[in-house]
Parts: sequence; C-alpha cells; structure tokens
Amino acid sequence: MDKIVCTCGNVNPAGTELCESCGRPLNDETKEKKIVDMRYEGSARRSQTYNKTIIDKVWNFFSSVKVGMWIIVAILVAAAIGTILPQVFYVPATNETDIAAYYERIYGTFGTLYYQLGLSDLYSSWWFQGLVGMLGISLVIASLDRVIPLYKSLKKQKTKRHISFLKRQRVYGIGKADVSEESLLKAEEKLKELKYNVKREGNAILAERGRFSRWGPYVNHLGLIIFLFGVMLRALPGFYVDETMWLREGETLYVPETHGYFLESKEFIYETYSKEESKEVYGEAIDRVGTIAKNYQTDVALYKGPEGAVAGHTEDLTFEKEASIQVNKPIKFDNFSVFQMDFRLDELATMTFQLQDKQTQQSFGEFTIDLADPQPIYELNDGYKVEVMDYYADFTGFEEGVPQSQSPLPNNPAFLIKMYSPEFPKGETSFVMIKETVEPLGENQHKIAFQSVETRDVSGLTVRKDLTLPLLALGGLIFMIGVAQGAYWNHRRIWIQLLEDGQTVIAAHTNKNWLSVKRDLDKVTDVAHLPKYLDQQDIDSLEEKVDKVEGV
Amino acid sequence: MAQSKKQRFYMRTAILAVLVVAIVFTVYSNLNKEKNAVLQVGDKAPDFVLVDMDGTERRLSDYKGQGVFLNFWGTWCKPCAKEMPAMDNQYAEFTDKGVQTLAINIGESDLKVNSFLNRYGLTFPIAIDRNKSVMESYNIDPLPTTFLVNPEGKIEKIIKGEMTEEDIANFMDQIKPS
Repeated sequence: MDKIVCTCGNVNPAGTELCESCGRPLNDETKEKKIVDMRYEGSARRSQTYNKTIIDKVWNFFSSVKVGMWIIVAILVAAAIGTILPQVFYVPATNETDIAAYYERIYGTFGTLYYQLGLSDLYSSWWFQGLVGMLGISLVIASLDRVIPLYKSLKKQKTKRHISFLKRQRVYGIGKADVSEESLLKAEEKLKELKYNVKREGNAILAERGRFSRWGPYVNHLGLIIFLFGVMLRALPGFYVDETMWLREGETLYVPETHGYFLESKEFIYETYSKEESKEVYGEAIDRVGTIAKNYQTDVALYKGPEGAVAGHTEDLTFEKEASIQVNKPIKFDNFSVFQMDFRLDELATMTFQLQDKQTQQSFGEFTIDLADPQPIYELNDGYKVEVMDYYADFTGFEEGVPQSQSPLPNNPAFLIKMYSPEFPKGETSFVMIKETVEPLGENQHKIAFQSVETRDVSGLTVRKDLTLPLLALGGLIFMIGVAQGAYWNHRRIWIQLLEDGQTVIAAHTNKNWLSVKRDLDKVTDVAHLPKYLDQQDIDSLEEKVDKVEGV
Repeated sequence: MAQSKKQRFYMRTAILAVLVVAIVFTVYSNLNKEKNAVLQVGDKAPDFVLVDMDGTERRLSDYKGQGVFLNFWGTWCKPCAKEMPAMDNQYAEFTDKGVQTLAINIGESDLKVNSFLNRYGLTFPIAIDRNKSVMESYNIDPLPTTFLVNPEGKIEKIIKGEMTEEDIANFMDQIKPS
C-alpha cells in the first residue's frame, strides 16, 4: 500500500481515485469512466484501503454504510416487534409467574411465546441495546472514515484542474469560443454576483458555493451520537430516576431516590364536570358516559430531612413548601419532579364502633380505630373498655384457627377484641369482621356494633429526574441543524479554463439540484460568451445505461 | 509509512475500545438496574437509625466491628413469619459471637408488630420503618429480603425469599468478626 504520486506532483493516500490537487484520475477503472464519482471527491475512504489486522476488519465492517443501513433496518424491525403486544412495563403484574400467566391468559399461545422469547421486555434486552450500540459505533466510524478524507481533498483542491478531471464532470463543455481575458473577468464578476466564492489562478477559475452543506451529514451524525450518549448516561446512577409511590392522605413518606425529601399528602381532590357548568361542551358526553374528570389533584407539603441525616430519621424535618400537584403540573425540587399519575378513592381510614348489649342494644360508649395505627386499649365510660388484641388489615379467613391477612392494606379489616365490663372483668372475646362477628370462646353478652367509617384517598405519584434532557435536546438540535445544512444548501462548483490550445472548457458539479447549477452556468455563459455545455448523463442515458453507481 | 500504519492501528484500537467499553457498560448496568437497583454486594450498607419496639435507638453504623443480620419483613408475609422463630434461635446463638440481628418491619402499626412478636415470642430487636425510607434506600423487593452486613459495614450478601434455620446459621457464621 503505497502512496500515489500524481503527475502534477501531489502525493495522494493509497486508494485515492482522483488526485486531491489537480483531479486527474489515478487508476484505470476511474480512467475508463465517462463521468467520475464525485461523492467523496474521489478521496480514499480509509476503510476501503487497509484490511489487515482484526482491528482493521472490525473497523471496515462498521465503516460500511451498507452495514449501517442493515443495523438500522434490524433496529426498526425489532422495535416494531416490541409494539405487537404490550411490554412488561404496562402489564398489571409484578412477579415473573403472574406476568407469564397474564400473557398466556390474554394473548394465548402467541402471548406465551412472546413472553418466553423475551420480546415482552425487548427494549431493555441486552441484544436490543447492543444493536443500538452497534449503530453508535457505525455512526462514529463511518463518519470519521468519510469526513476526514473529504475535508482534506476539498481543502487541497486546486483552482486549476486537469482536463481529464473536467471532461469527466457531468456538466461539461468545450469549444473554440471567442473568449478573452475580459470575458473571464466578466465571468468572475457574474459568479461573485451569484454569491460564489471565486478563485483565479492564471487562466483558470474555480467558483464554489455552499461547501458547508457537505458537512451536513456529519453534523447530523454528531447530533445522533450526542443523543445516544445522553441515553447512555441514563444508566449511570444520579442521572435518571423514574419511581412511583403511593401516598395516603395524612401520610408522610420518603420520596424514593431523593436523598432526604419527604412528601405529606394533605388532600387528594377528584373533580368531575357538572352538567350545569358545562352543558354545551360536555353535556352530551356526560349523558353518554356518566362522568367526565375535570381535575386530579394532590395537595402536598414537602419536607427535607436534616443535612447528612441517615435513613429512618423521622424527626427534625424542615418544611420546604406546599404545592398542589395536578396532571402535568408537578411539584419541582432539586431536579426532581413529582407528577400526579394515579389514584385510589376511599380506602378505609378509620372505623367507629359501639360497645353494646346484645339484647337491649344499649350502648356503653363509642370508640374510633385508626386503621393505620390501632391502639391496644380504648377506655369507655363506667368501667367499660375494649382491648384490641390483634388486627388483620386484609383478612382472608382462618388457617388452622389462625386469622390470616394477605396484605397490610385495609381492604377487609378484622379485629380480635376483648370487651371488658363490670359483669365480665376478665373480658369477653369477639372476632369482629365487616358485617359479621365470631365469638370464638362462647356466647357473649356484649357486642361490638359497627357505626361508621371514614375513608381517605390514595395518590399515585411518579418521581422523575432526568439530567440527560439538556443533552438530548442538544443532540436533537445538532441533528436538525445537520439535516437542514445538507438539505437546504448544496455544494456547487463551476470550473472555467482557457486552455493553451485556445479552447475554453467549462465544467460544473453539484451534490444535488443540478438544475440550479445549470441555471447559474447559463447566466455566466450569457455574459461571458462561453462555449455550450452538455449534461453528459443525459447523453449517457440516451445511449446506454452503462453507468453503474459504485457501491458504498 | 510503517509509523503511520502503526499509528492508525493504535488509533482505531483506541476508538473501538472506548466505544465498546461504553456500550458494554451501558448494557450491563441497565440489565443490573432492573434486577437490583443501586445496592450490590460489596457496597457500603446505607446507614439508618430506627427506634426498636423497646424504645432503643438502633443505628447501623453503631454496629461497626460486628456482623449485622438485617432482615426486612411484614406481618402479612407468610415466609417471613416462618423464618422468624429460626432467626430468633440463631440470634441467641450468635449475639455473643458478634453477630447482631435486626428485623425491620415495613411501615405497619405498633399494635400489629407487638402482637406478632408476642405470638412468636421473639427476643431480637425489631424496628418499624414508618416512612419507608430505610426500605427505599435498601430497595426492598420482595419480602422477606435479608442483607448480610459484614464487620466492615459492607454488604456481604443479599438474600431474597425465605431461609431455613440452617441457612440462617451459615449466613450468620459468614459475617462473624474474626
């Protein structure tokens, strides 16, 4: 692999097709072509020149745009497959068996297969993330391999190019026109007027415009890489938090991942539109579906634990602020946002009972049990008292005589209670459930009579923190700048040369929008009386379709 | 020429290495994050302070130099109830050998926890994590989950699910100060 020395004296890297300086074709294949491939200025894409070590081979693999395309296709297909059934994240089950059962129950055999193949958690699978990573590698390497040689050859290009380069341009014309120094000056002036960057070297003119549009794709890739880097940062601790918490009215809980913040729910508010207030807008809909939600809101107070306090610390919380969290109006603190996401209405909070005589229904006093913190003893009047021996929040029945509770949530509260009265100083035992009472140790004279309940609402909140957002926005912005740069501008070049034999050559190249460069050229030839040009591709396609675009 | 080829080789190797490391790291940490966010074996056990049912303040860092058998539980959780008497036996066995036992209840009421420990006659310290901050900092799921904290205050092992008495004895032995 030696460097190629061109007749003009320029030393080109191995693999170069067109001399960086004068544009002479450097290999036979290029020489045989009627029109040269200008995509990378005939520069040596380094990926195609060395292929020796393993590293080179891996490098070349990722440098290929074809490979990059297939990676994109693979990601697209995989991402599409992930949308066929809901992902695990959206399935109302938390453990493996429940999730598997869910897929089978709802989607049958296909669901089971989907789950077993791991497609139900596709986006966090190692292979999907690996594919995205490979796309990242491909972006970096393919860009590096192209942008560097392209930059070099655009920088090195000479104003005066060899005739063998010019005649292989798509737009080309030659003729013994009546061209003098004066008309060259006129051409120069016109080109400047057309906002070209004009260079003159002897009898040669190079007019160039919009070269920066050639960097569009690479700017675009840079944006993508920044974006992917931002996504990558989410894996690092401290950059990204997405947690949920259930907060009951009156409860103060630690906010997950926040290192020392606590939220107290003052009230949950659920409002619906009334027919009177919005007859015009929602009247029909209310008739049809019953209720239409107007507001979901949790009024909270935010507290901060003392600096450097360890978990479990419940005292010395300092009040930070109060806020009403509504949908899309989170409470914000310290880069965290807490959003209103869900709710449960009317969870049992307190239950009020009376101690009564079973026969006469005479009351010996009332007591209220706070289900979050039941007390062992409730003293009533005249020597009557009630002892709560045990409490079952979510009572499911007896197992070998022992009452069972399946969760700590007060879905079906039951109490083991001893009733003390002057007649029964040793107490009567009663097992009190909703709408039912069991007397395990024989007939009682007294009973616990249910009076009323108070309920409270539960707010489902989402805790979010995303420090990668600015980076993602930056990546997106750069991406769009790159797109615009490459799409709305184009790189046009016009060469005009007076040859020694008295002929005049004109040639033009653009990376897109050939009509406009031809129009520019028309204006210049009109003023400067240059020879007529032809679009050689048009002629070609008329004659035969030989031209095969070289694969990338 | 040879020089530049070598340079290119090193350049390419370096770029590829950086990219591959970044990707492997991302995929690896994403996979781990789902299984067990934040805490891993070898990490420092997050400090906490809780008041136990006897009113004694229990602070994890006060146990430095001793092993701590840290168990998270709830009264409704059946495997928790099953392993607790066994834990109590082993607590009696190991407490003089420098292994302390601490059971943390997830936010239930005093009454419920008291009735539970009276029923099973438990003697080791039990504390209630009322605002669930200890649970959050240890990222507990499911119950029971047990953390073995070694005398240096580092997490030696994380056990999810029920343990037999033999397991418990082995685990306690594992964090015995030498």
